[in-house]
Amino acid sequence: MLEIKNVTKTFNPGTINEKVALKDLNLTLNDGDFVTVIGGNGAGKSTMLNAISGVWKPDCGSIIIDGQDITAMPEYKRAKFIGRVFQDPMMGTAADMEIQENLALAKRRGKKRGLRWGITGAEKEEYKKLLAQLDLGLETRLSNKVGLLSGGQRQAVTLLMASLNNPRILLLDEHTAALDPKTAEKVLAISDKIIRENHLTTLMITHNMKDAIKHGNRLVMMHEGHIIIDVKGEEKQKLKVEDLLDMFTKASGSEFASDRAMLS
Amino acid sequence: MFFNWLGALPGAAAQGMIWGIMAVGVYITYKILDIADLTVDGSICTGGAVCAVLVTNGVNVWIAMLVALIAGMLTGAITGVLHTFMGIPAILAGILTQLILWSVNLKIMGKANIALPIRNYDLILAQINTVSSILVLLAFVGIMIALLYWFFGTELGTSLRATGNNINMSRAQGINTDVAKILGLVISNGIVALSGALLAQYQGFSDINMGRGAIVIGLAAVIIGEAVITRISQNMACRLIGVIIGGVIYYFVYQTVIFLGLDADLLKMLSAMVVAIFLAVPYWKKKYFTKAKGGHHNA
Repeated sequence: MLEIKNVTKTFNPGTINEKVALKDLNLTLNDGDFVTVIGGNGAGKSTMLNAISGVWKPDCGSIIIDGQDITAMPEYKRAKFIGRVFQDPMMGTAADMEIQENLALAKRRGKKRGLRWGITGAEKEEYKKLLAQLDLGLETRLSNKVGLLSGGQRQAVTLLMASLNNPRILLLDEHTAALDPKTAEKVLAISDKIIRENHLTTLMITHNMKDAIKHGNRLVMMHEGHIIIDVKGEEKQKLKVEDLLDMFTKASGSEFASDRAMLS
Repeated sequence: MFFNWLGALPGAAAQGMIWGIMAVGVYITYKILDIADLTVDGSICTGGAVCAVLVTNGVNVWIAMLVALIAGMLTGAITGVLHTFMGIPAILAGILTQLILWSVNLKIMGKANIALPIRNYDLILAQINTVSSILVLLAFVGIMIALLYWFFGTELGTSLRATGNNINMSRAQGINTDVAKILGLVISNGIVALSGALLAQYQGFSDINMGRGAIVIGLAAVIIGEAVITRISQNMACRLIGVIIGGVIYYFVYQTVIFLGLDADLLKMLSAMVVAIFLAVPYWKKKYFTKAKGGHHNA
């Protein structure tokens, strides 16, 4: 359902800071795939997600969702296909707006925004139920400003927002990296639940190899702007961190280097 | 002298309300959209110029004010297009429009100053009828705040607030942030021009310099309004009422320092200094008075 075809992106071309971020990247996701993405620093993981969400246009190649070429579609327009959660908990929500207002904004993703009231009574009930499922006590705080929430709570709300309206694809960009381990685990569990219950096709970047193995049905590893390892199904279930490191060394011809990757 | 001062207060209230309306326009860009829009120095004069020219040429004052409103909206659209479509930083886009409007306003009026005396024309307010002017302005303020309160509660209005609050998140949620910014600038400058039309009638003339420093008065009213109202209510309508009150307080203080014998030439400088200090306070607070917090998160 998502196809990335021969996508290349170079930042600051022709300058001393030139950086080839994506190099002839190819990836095809099937409906319902939950793919975890790992890779060292500068491997192009976030760049790939930004290419899909349209933060900028790739130098060449194309991005196709459900057979529709969206390569030239502006970011706000393709948002109707895409739910996103960012690494920084501040990024995904409007801090000065209420929890329910944030959800209502997400609910209207991809729809025309007119002069109807921004949130309906029926919606508030729906949000209350959804928030109750997070088990964070947010269901009684609908009209609280999001800025009052903790990082973990904000990420959980952002996840909920991203999953509203059943997006065709969910992009999680190290969305637990800024949280403490216990909170990260909880947010991951919530992610799993939301993805499973809504059958969302998902790309999740993580720097934790164990998490990458534990979650999802498919794992890809990126290196120097393209995918060097792609394992799925049973093979993935049986993977160990050591196997991954071996595979990396073989595929890339170098040692896995990342100051943040958690190997254990 | 005390009675002179007391007698000047209703006039200050009327003038403060007019500038308060103008400050509501500033509030929309500065507080809601997070853009410092300098178009207002020009668009307030555009409003006054359009209104004065039309009325002195025999057009009904209500129609003249409607045209002034639309003209103001156009000035906002210019800044919006300069900023979004042409990629010019918002503050510079506003300055460019302000300069464009200097020429445009002169062309509209044909000269630097047009007299608009109430004895010759059918106006809705004037300095000599202070009490009725205040009543008219109260009606204007009421209708305007009701409309804005409604608008910023709608889907479209909410998308404007989101754009000002977190632009990346807004795009991720499918909001065309360029359109949102332009729309905000259009509404803001429409309101500012309307206040210019009211001001021209109230003072009995339209002048090419009537908007000079308007942004500073607007910011002062917004800041005073925040200080007065935020502790009482976070509600949007209350905040807007606060901005109007801010305008009135500004003119009370203005009137008072003049009565105390302050050189009127110094007023703009003092206003700017007061605004500068008020803008600095939150920054200083953050920089010098926040204790380092231990990084604790909980879910």
